[in-house]
Amino acid sequence: MTRITAWRRHPLARYAVLIFALALVGMVYAAFVQAGKPADAALAAGKVDDVAEGKSLFVQHCSSCHGMNAEGVTDKAPTLIGVGAAAVDFQMSTGRMPAGAPAPQVPRKPPAPWVNETTTRQIAAYVQSLGGGPQVPAPEQVDPKLGDAGRGGELFRANCIQCHNWVGAGGALTQGKYAPNLNEATPTQIYSAMITGPQAMPVFNDSTITPEEKRDMIAYITQVRSQRDPGGFGLGRIGPVTEGLVAWIVGLSALALAAIWITAKKRQKS
Amino acid sequence: MTDNEHEIEQPDERVPKRVIGTPAPGTSMLGTVEASDTDAEVPGVTLQDEDKARKAEKIVALCFTITFLASLAFIVSYVYFQVGSPEATGTSNLALGSTLTIAILGLAVGIVIWVRQIMPKYSLIQERHEMASAEPDREVVADTFIQGANESGFVKRKLLRRTLLLAAAPLGLVPLVLLRDLDNSKMSGGRFNEVLRHTVWGEKNKEGKPLKLVVEGTGQPIRAADFNSPGSILSVVPEGFEHDLNALAKATLILIKFRPEELKAGVRQNWTHDGIVAYSKICTHVGCPAALYEQNTHHILCPCHQSTFDAADGAKVIFGPAARPLPQLPITVDEQGYLIAQGDFDVPVGPSYWERGDAERAAREQGGQA
Amino acid sequence: MTTELKTVPKAIAGPSNFLDERLGGANFLKRNLRKIFPDHWSFLLGEIALYSFIILLLTGTFLTFWFKPSMEHVIYDGSYSPLTGVGMSAAYASTLEISFDVRGGLLMRQMHHWAALLFVAGMTVHMLRVFFTGAYRKPRELNWIIGVLLLTLALAEGLTGYSLPDDLLSGAGLRITEGVAISLPIVGTFITFFLFGGEYPGEDIVARFYALHILLIPGILLALISAHMVLMWVQKHTQMPGKSRTNQNVVGAPFYPAFMAKAGAYFLFTLAVIAGLATFAQINPIWLFGPYTPADVSAGSQPDWYMGFLEGALRIMPPWEINLFGTAHAGTLPLSVIIPALVPMGIIMTGLALYPFLERWVTGDNREHHVADRPRNNPHRTSIGISAMTFYGVLWLLGANDEIAANFHVSLNWTTYAGRFLIFVAPALAYLITYRMCLGLQRQDAAVVSHGVESGVIKRLPHGEFIEVHTPPADDIEAHVRGKEPVAMLPVAEDAAGIPPKGMRGPLGKLRARMSKAYGGEKIPLDEGHEHEEEHAAIGGGDDRSLTH
Repeated sequence: MTRITAWRRHPLARYAVLIFALALVGMVYAAFVQAGKPADAALAAGKVDDVAEGKSLFVQHCSSCHGMNAEGVTDKAPTLIGVGAAAVDFQMSTGRMPAGAPAPQVPRKPPAPWVNETTTRQIAAYVQSLGGGPQVPAPEQVDPKLGDAGRGGELFRANCIQCHNWVGAGGALTQGKYAPNLNEATPTQIYSAMITGPQAMPVFNDSTITPEEKRDMIAYITQVRSQRDPGGFGLGRIGPVTEGLVAWIVGLSALALAAIWITAKKRQKS
Repeated sequence: MTDNEHEIEQPDERVPKRVIGTPAPGTSMLGTVEASDTDAEVPGVTLQDEDKARKAEKIVALCFTITFLASLAFIVSYVYFQVGSPEATGTSNLALGSTLTIAILGLAVGIVIWVRQIMPKYSLIQERHEMASAEPDREVVADTFIQGANESGFVKRKLLRRTLLLAAAPLGLVPLVLLRDLDNSKMSGGRFNEVLRHTVWGEKNKEGKPLKLVVEGTGQPIRAADFNSPGSILSVVPEGFEHDLNALAKATLILIKFRPEELKAGVRQNWTHDGIVAYSKICTHVGCPAALYEQNTHHILCPCHQSTFDAADGAKVIFGPAARPLPQLPITVDEQGYLIAQGDFDVPVGPSYWERGDAERAAREQGGQA
Repeated sequence: MTTELKTVPKAIAGPSNFLDERLGGANFLKRNLRKIFPDHWSFLLGEIALYSFIILLLTGTFLTFWFKPSMEHVIYDGSYSPLTGVGMSAAYASTLEISFDVRGGLLMRQMHHWAALLFVAGMTVHMLRVFFTGAYRKPRELNWIIGVLLLTLALAEGLTGYSLPDDLLSGAGLRITEGVAISLPIVGTFITFFLFGGEYPGEDIVARFYALHILLIPGILLALISAHMVLMWVQKHTQMPGKSRTNQNVVGAPFYPAFMAKAGAYFLFTLAVIAGLATFAQINPIWLFGPYTPADVSAGSQPDWYMGFLEGALRIMPPWEINLFGTAHAGTLPLSVIIPALVPMGIIMTGLALYPFLERWVTGDNREHHVADRPRNNPHRTSIGISAMTFYGVLWLLGANDEIAANFHVSLNWTTYAGRFLIFVAPALAYLITYRMCLGLQRQDAAVVSHGVESGVIKRLPHGEFIEVHTPPADDIEAHVRGKEPVAMLPVAEDAAGIPPKGMRGPLGKLRARMSKAYGGEKIPLDEGHEHEEEHAAIGGGDDRSLTH
C-alpha cells in the first residue's frame, strides 16, 4: 500500500475532502459576488438607466403573457399600466411572478433564478414609468417598531382576518382560491399587497387606511406571528379543527391504550 | 378485542417454533393460557409469584418517588416562574404542566403495576338475579297502594280531586310567567318585527343630518374621492355607533368600489355613488359578517357557511345556504364629499325569521308607488 | 412478605364503628365491597367521561375565582401587550387575566377545555360501545335514555361554556346560535329576545350562559350521572361472552381492592392525559382571536368538535326559504337554517333514544340480556350503527370543509357538492359494506369452531397434496365465539292456511313481520360451516333475503 492510498483511507480523509470542497465552493461564490458588486454600485449611482434595463428584462421575461407594452392579453394576463412599482415588487419578490403552471391562484414560491433585488427594481421602474401607480413603501413606512400593535390589531380584525384568519394563518376562498398564510410575508410585501390588491385580494388605498394605520397593522401581524404560543404547540393556530383532531387522535387514543393496559390479561411466558 | 388476550398451548409436539406466513404462537386467533389457579387458596383468586411481586414493588416505589419529586418540582416552579408576557407564561405553563403530568402519571403507572403484578389475579363469579321483584312482593305493593288510595279518599271525593287539579294548573304556570321579563325591553311580541326591521342608518346625527359612513376601527368618515381605487373594500360602521354592539350587529356595512362598467342590473344605481356600493355585512343566512371579498370575481364569501354573493350584481346569492341577497344601503355624499346614508335599508338585514315575510315584495311595491 | 393484617387496625376500626353505629353501613358494605366487575378495556371508556366531568368541576371552580361574567365595556391594560388599549368586555378581559396574570391559570383554562373535548368524546365512544354490544337491551333501557340525555346536556354545557370568554371566535358561534334560534317558526323572535334580553347581542348573554354553565346544567348533569352510576351498580355490568360467563352470573374482579385501584389509576391516567395536553397543545388561544364584535369574523371560524356536525349540516344545505303566505308580515320559513339545525340532531338523538324500544318491537325480545353481543353477531344493528356514524361523519367532515379546502388545496365549492352527495350515498354504502363484513366475520367464526385454527404446520399427504394442519381453538376462544345467540325474531311463520299470526295482519303488522324476519334470526349458524358449498347454500337460501343478491 502506498502512502497516498494510506492517507486516502484514513478515517479523517472523507471529512478533509468535504471541508476542502466546501471551501472551494465558497471561494468561487465569493469571487462571483465580487464580480457582481461593481455593477450594483453602478446602478445605485444611477449610471445605468433602470427603466431601459427594466424594459429589456420585461420584454424578455414578462411580455409573453402581459404583452410587449404591458397592455395585457385578454383571458391571459392583466394590463400592468397603472399598477405601479409596488405591485411589481410584491409579485416578483414573493415569487408569484413570473407565474408557473395555470391554477386558480398563483402561489407564493421561491423567485426565478434571474429575479433579484436589482432586476425587480428595474422592472418596477419600467412599469412605474408606464402609467404611475402605488410606489414601493420606504423602509420606515413599514417598520413594525414604529407601529402601535393594539390599534393595528383592531384594524386587522376589521379588514383582514375574514380571509387571512386571526393570526394570518390563511383560509379558503371560492373555487380553489385561498387567502395565503402571512407568516412569510415581509413588512414591505404586506404593505404592497394592501395598496395594490394582488389577485383576488381587494385594495386598501392610503387615503382610506392611512400609511400610519397600515404600519400599525404590520406591527400587529409581525408581533403576533413571532410571539411564542404560551399554551404549548400552536396546532397551526387555525382554531378548533386541529384541537378536535388532537383530542381524538392523541387524547382518546392514549386513554384507550391505558384502558387496554389496565385490563390486559397477563400472558404466561413460554 | 378479547381475541388478542389469548394464547394457545403448543398444540402438537412436532409443531415447529414458527412458520413464515402464519401467526406466531401467542397472537390473535391462537388461544390462551391464563395463570393456572390450581394452587389458589380461594377459588378464583390466584396469588402472584412472590419473587416477581418483590421486583414489581421496587418499580412501583420508583414510580411513587417520581411523583413525590415531580410534585415538589411543581411547587418550586410555581414560586420560581412568573407569568405575564406570552414568553414568560409559556415557560410557566410548560414547567407547571409537565411537572403535574409527570406526578400524576407516576402515580397512575405505579398503581397499575401494583394491581397487575402484586395483587392477586381474580376470576370470581357472582350470581345475577332478574331485576323484576317477586310476584308476592308486587302484590303486597299493589294492595298497599289500593289501601292507601282508599284511605286518603282521593278516589271517592270528587270535589277534592277536581279542585286539587284546578289548583295545580295555574301554579304550574307561575315559573313560566316569571320568565317574561327575561326580555329586558319588555316590549310586546308584536314589536320584535318592527325592531328587527330597522337599523340605525335611518337615524340622524346630532346636527340632524344623515349618518356618515365611518371606517371600522378608526372611526374616520370617508370622502368618496379618497375611496377611489377600483377593487377596494372597507368595513364600515355608522357614525356615532362605532362601539354600540347592538347597532353594529345590524348596521355594519361593506363598502366596495367598482369601475362603473362592472356594475350589473342587480345593483340599485341611484343608491350608489360613483361606483361605490354599500351592502349589509351581516349574512342573510345566520348572521355572520360576510366580508371575504375577491376583487377579481366580485364574490363576497361568508366564512361561516360559505354563502357566496355576487357583489357586482346586487349581492345576489350564487352559492351556499343563504337564500337572499345582502341588502343594499342607499348612499350618497354630503356637501363636503363624505359618504352618508340616504336612509335605512328597505328590507330587514341579517337572518330570516318568521315575521319577516316577503319584505322584498313590500319594498318593491312601496318603491313603485314612490 | 413480612406482615399480614389479622385484625382491622384501630385507626380504621374506631371511625368505622362510630359510623356503623349511626348509619348501619356495614350491611351495605358486606354486600358491595366484593362486588364483581367484569374486565374488558372497552368497559372503561365511559369512565373517561366520568373522570373528565370531575376534572371539569375542579378546574371550572378554579376559573370562577377570577372570571367576571359581565359584558361591561373595559379598556384592557393587562400583560398581553398586543391588546393594550383595546376596548373589550369584562368577561374577555378577565379571561386574559386568567391566562396571563394568574400563575397556573392558563394551565387550568387549557385543562378545562381539553377535559370538555374529552368529556364529550368519552361519552361518544362509550355510547358506541354500548350500542354495538347491545348493552342497552332490557333491563338497561332506562340507563340508555339517561345516557342520551347526558349527551344532549353535554352539548348544551359545551355551547354555553364556549361562549363565555366573549372572544371573536365564540362570538361567531353565538351569532350562529342566534341565527338558528330566530329562524324557528312563530317562536323564533321570542326565544331570541328572551335569551339575549332584547336585541342581539345585548349585555346579558354572558351572565345568563354563566348561570346555566356553572349551576343549572352541571347540577342536572351531576344528578343524572349519579343516577347512571347507581343503575349500573344495581343492574350490574354486562360482560363479554366467554368461558363460564352466562346470563345469570358476572365474572371478574372484586370492587375492593382490585377494581377500586384500577378505576383510581384510570382516573389518574385521564387527569394525566388532560394535563399533558394542556401542557403541550395550546387550546382556544382567545388572546389571538381578539374581543367580540358582531361586525367582524375570522376565516376558519369553527365550533368545538362536538358541534361540528351541526356546522357541517348548515354548510351543505341548499338555499331554501319559503314564504308561507306570500305577505310581508309573517310566514317566513328559512329551511336552509331550520332543516340543518334540527333534522340531523333530531335523527341522531331521537334515533338513539328510541332504538332499544324499536329493536324490541321488531324482535319481540323481552328477555333480560347481561351478556354483550359481539357486533358481528347482530349484523343489522351494527350496520345501522355504522351507517349512522357515517352520516354523522360526513356532516362532521363538512363542518371543517374550509380548512380542508385551504390546507389540501381543493376547491371549497367542490367539498360542498361532495358533501351534498355523500350525505345520502355514504350511509347506504356503509350499511351494505358493514353488513357483508359482519357476515364474513361470522363465517370466519363458524370456520374456527368447526375447522379449528391454522397451526402453521404444513403436512404432506401420502398422495402428495400439501395441507395446513388445523388445531381446535383454545377453550376460552371457543367459549367466546360460542357465546353467540341468534337475534330474536317474532313468530312470523304463516300457518297452514297461509294466514299470518295474530298482530301481523294489518299493514303495520305486516311491516313489523317483514322487518323482524330481516333483522332477526341466525344468518350464519356456527356449526353448519363444515363444507363451503353447504355454507353458501345456507346463506343464499337463508334468512337474509333482504341483502343477498
